Amino acid sequence: MQSMLAPSVHDSSAPQGDVDDVVATVVSHQRVNAEYNLLVLAAQAPACNAVAGQFFNLECPSDGDDQPFFRRPMSTYKADPVRGEVEFLYKVTGAGTRGLATLNAGDEMRILGPLGHGFTLDPAWKNIVILGRGVGLATLAPLAELAAANGVGVTAIISARGPEQVMSVERFSALGARIETVLDSDGSSAPDNVEAVLRALHGQGYADALFTCGSNRLMLLMQRLGAELNIPGQVAMEQHMACGLGMCFCCVRNFKVGDKVDSRRVCWDGPVFDLQEALSW
Amino acid sequence: MVVDLSVNVGGLKLANPVMPASGTFAEGLAGVIAFDSLGAMVTKTITAELRGGNPTPRVAEVRNGMLNSIGIPSKGITYFLEQTLPFYRQFNSPLVVSISAPTMDAFAEAAALLDVDGIAAIEANISCPNIEEDGKAFAMNAVSTSQVVTRLRAATSKPIWAKLTPNTGDISSVARAAEEAGADALVVANTILAMSIDIESFRPTLGNIMGGMSGPAVKPILVRMTHQCAKAVRIPIIGCGGISTTEDAVEYMLAGATAVQVGTATFLRPKAMIEIIAGLSTFCARKGIGRVAELTGAVVELDMEMSASEALP
Ligand SMILES: Cc1cc2nc3c(=O)[nH]c(=O)nc-3n(C[C@H](O)[C@H](O)[C@H](O)COP(=O)(O)OP(=O)(O)OC[C@H]3O[C@@H](n4cnc5c(N)ncnc54)[C@H](O)[C@@H]3O)c2cc1C
Ligand SMILES: Cc1cc2nc3c(=O)[nH]c(=O)nc-3n(C[C@H](O)[C@H](O)[C@H](O)COP(=O)(O)O)c2cc1C
Ligand code: FES
Repeated sequence: MQSMLAPSVHDSSAPQGDVDDVVATVVSHQRVNAEYNLLVLAAQAPACNAVAGQFFNLECPSDGDDQPFFRRPMSTYKADPVRGEVEFLYKVTGAGTRGLATLNAGDEMRILGPLGHGFTLDPAWKNIVILGRGVGLATLAPLAELAAANGVGVTAIISARGPEQVMSVERFSALGARIETVLDSDGSSAPDNVEAVLRALHGQGYADALFTCGSNRLMLLMQRLGAELNIPGQVAMEQHMACGLGMCFCCVRNFKVGDKVDSRRVCWDGPVFDLQEALSW
Repeated sequence: MVVDLSVNVGGLKLANPVMPASGTFAEGLAGVIAFDSLGAMVTKTITAELRGGNPTPRVAEVRNGMLNSIGIPSKGITYFLEQTLPFYRQFNSPLVVSISAPTMDAFAEAAALLDVDGIAAIEANISCPNIEEDGKAFAMNAVSTSQVVTRLRAATSKPIWAKLTPNTGDISSVARAAEEAGADALVVANTILAMSIDIESFRPTLGNIMGGMSGPAVKPILVRMTHQCAKAVRIPIIGCGGISTTEDAVEYMLAGATAVQVGTATFLRPKAMIEIIAGLSTFCARKGIGRVAELTGAVVELDMEMSASEALP
């Protein structure tokens, strides 16, 4: 495990652990709902050693007019070194993910990873809050497992457009996580309500740290509350990527460090960053 | 059959002709491939001053290629010498440091600062805007190329590789100017100025509007330029542009390149350079060629006159 969010996390020469470009085989590929697919791949180490918050650069097949040139970054939804498997939960949005969606059991594909710096847990934390929306939940689900394995209690606030888009509930509840679902369809996902939920959790001692991914609005909300209530936090961020290995400098975002603005590579310095250092995206 | 893969680039002996293109290689790749297998290591362009780079999105894909407008974000030469150079000193492959600067004097100063152990050659990225020439790249014309390479030559004892831009009407005269001013080798070439527009949002795909095109789609253009430069100069040429397979590398060598740089392909297949090095041995063995250097300039020139007259009715 990496240590706490120490400055070394952002050192350009920080080691990432073992990385390789390997050929993985599709074990299964299923639709989860109208938009999301679950891809399970057989891949030996180091791929199946990915930790919560790390990601892979996936080679997506071409299909007709869809000819994705770059690989596509995708978070690890689950990595299991015992079974030698790694899973991805993804949303079909464009040429790359439409290509991915054509894969069938038995097909082979190249995957580069595990990449980036994942989430870190401070041994002092007893209870954490995870707030995610959409594919952000794919990134956060392994964090719940990491927390459970370390005896840390989890509250998962799952935000979605409507009940059909709610995902990963079984993953979180199997770990004994407390689950709150907030929806656009009944208005419960509105910032005021989410803020009230977070304040209540904090009041009950369930929020030693805050984690989020997948929504700029939710990140800003957590950032504001974290600063006000003095709760540490981490956010997993996204940016267009080409190499995934810190070479091309296309995936930069700005972060505030003290009173300075620092430009960092999401693939190499992140994708997980200190919540208070992140700037709006 | 054991094939000799070594090549000589302007006095610098490389174990094989394959190296990364500037800006597509960094420390992170060491986790995936053995840097000591490379013919040389080439850094991203650095500048003496601190630079932030361009707005995002900085890359976009096009059919069979990509556009980038990364710019040259740089932490400066002092940072490079203190923080980055020690990392590369762990490896035996020669290190080539790419530099750039907005004025000729600044270029020469940058080269002088890098006259230290552990750096095998300086690659002068003269494809970036020269503020003394209204932002036109130095290598867009022979006169500014000659002037900047002359200053560089006087500033350093290291071999100088001049990296040319394809965004010029007459690359042969630029190549000759660089040779006459004292360049030890030429890199042909940098990215091709390009633009693409997202027809759904009506916006340019790059934050910087225009950017440089690279990848397989540009290869025929840069093979042509490599060939033209090889005819114009006697110094070695390092071919660059769209190389992703052994066959691509062989094609550049036949066109006149002594060595090759692999860029965009590494983003898609991080082991591409290693595969190309292995492939060159296999290719030469299959062709009964003992030294890969024999491929350089070995393209068979067609007899134009005869073909033309044969084509007459
Ligand atoms: C670290 C990281 C982890 C991610 N994890 C997941 C995940 O677990 N599940 C999931 O569904 N999605 C995830 N994404 C987003 C996913 O990479 C994009 O949805 C995907 O690249 C879209 O590709 P496309 O070809 O289908 O879409 P297009 O829109 O056709 O893509 C065009 C270009 O934009 C880039 N792009 C588009 N959307 C994004 C985005 N949101 N982030 C970064 N680049 C983008 C693509 O890579 C491509 O270069 C992650 C992104 C990052 C950076
Ligand atoms: C993301 C990216 C960054 C680049 N940065 C630099 C650079 O800093 N200096 C430079 O001389 N060339 C730079 N280049 C150009 C490459 O070195 C190379 O000349 C070009 O990409 C063509 O080769 P390719 O088709 O194999 O990529 C860059 C190219 C890319 C794609
Ligand atoms: S994707 Fe290339 S540096 Fe991050």
